Amino acid sequence: MRLFILLLGATLLPVGETLAAPFDRILPQQSQLSFVSRQMGVPVQGEFRRFSAQIAFDPARPETAKATLEVELASFDMGSKEVYDEVVSRNWFDVRQFPTARFVSTGLKPLGGDRFEVRGHLTLKGRTREVVAPFTYRLQGGNAVLEGAFPLKRLDYGIGTGPWGDTGIVADEVQVRFRFIAAPAASGTAPGAPRGGKP
Amino acid sequence: MQPRYTRTAIALHWLVTLLILTALPLGLTMTEMPLSPQKLKFYAWHKWLGVTVFGLVVLRLAWRAVHPPPPLPESVPAWQRSAAHALHWALYALMLVIPLAGWLMSSAKGFQTVYLGVLPIPDLLPKNEALGERLADVHAWLAYALIALLVVHVAAALKHHFIDRDDILRRMLPWIMPGKETT
Repeated sequence: MRLFILLLGATLLPVGETLAAPFDRILPQQSQLSFVSRQMGVPVQGEFRRFSAQIAFDPARPETAKATLEVELASFDMGSKEVYDEVVSRNWFDVRQFPTARFVSTGLKPLGGDRFEVRGHLTLKGRTREVVAPFTYRLQGGNAVLEGAFPLKRLDYGIGTGPWGDTGIVADEVQVRFRFIAAPAASGTAPGAPRGGKP
Repeated sequence: MQPRYTRTAIALHWLVTLLILTALPLGLTMTEMPLSPQKLKFYAWHKWLGVTVFGLVVLRLAWRAVHPPPPLPESVPAWQRSAAHALHWALYALMLVIPLAGWLMSSAKGFQTVYLGVLPIPDLLPKNEALGERLADVHAWLAYALIALLVVHVAAALKHHFIDRDDILRRMLPWIMPGKETT
């Protein structure tokens, strides 16, 4: 798959264009996937510590971009054991039945400059919805920093049901934030490239 | 009849009383509850009450600075005057410090205080779990101290009313009760 994307990227690379390095791996340890939920108006942050992604991103060729992201929902962390035990349970993520969330991109639109908008399908707790996430791209030490956010409605996915369905207490809208560090396809020289995900 | 507290001072006193008597049981209950929407609601209410008490107590002190309370009757012995003053100032101090400790604890635990769900109060402390736990203890112990002092405060007021039969409680009552004329 990676080879295929590499080849695809290589064949699409216009002659003479040297800068446009396609990026094909997310460095999980340097990347962050977090979210902000509002409880009685109070923003509360959490994050997912384990996720993996396959991407093909060439800023010069946005139409060729692809991304698949898998998030291990049990790696959820809001800084509290009590909250964790509740959120992995059936009313929320139900991680025993739905251990992963999956995002598959369907398209990437350049918004001008370093801004892009990725569109795709997010499957969470067995339900699939379309999401649109604007993000910015910049280079940092040879890697790409892809940073963006998008809102989702938790109840669209049946997250926080039963007594938690009251959106006056826990808001329906959850802001998902991501900061992915992607390494270039060419070689393993990028810092941190050989490192795997967190144990 | 003895001079009474001003109507504003009386209103503030009883309003703060009402808020504290709501915040205290909420605080004692919510911390023992399992995680539930109700618990989150109680926490939010408790914090809003705390912020309100803090604001009203600042107002009370400002008002008091301009409108000194009526003097105690001559019949009150010197040691009781000192004790009464010490108790009142301790109550004021706790009514300010307890909400402050609660707010700092909240900040350290990573939960911002958003007054009435709309007005975010800035976090003064960065997230620090251990510090949050310590501040939670401070907040709780100060609250127990407040409960103890409130018991003394109420007991003293009732003692003045029913045993000494003076006007000390009457001058803080929201309604005018015919009192004993003191000369």
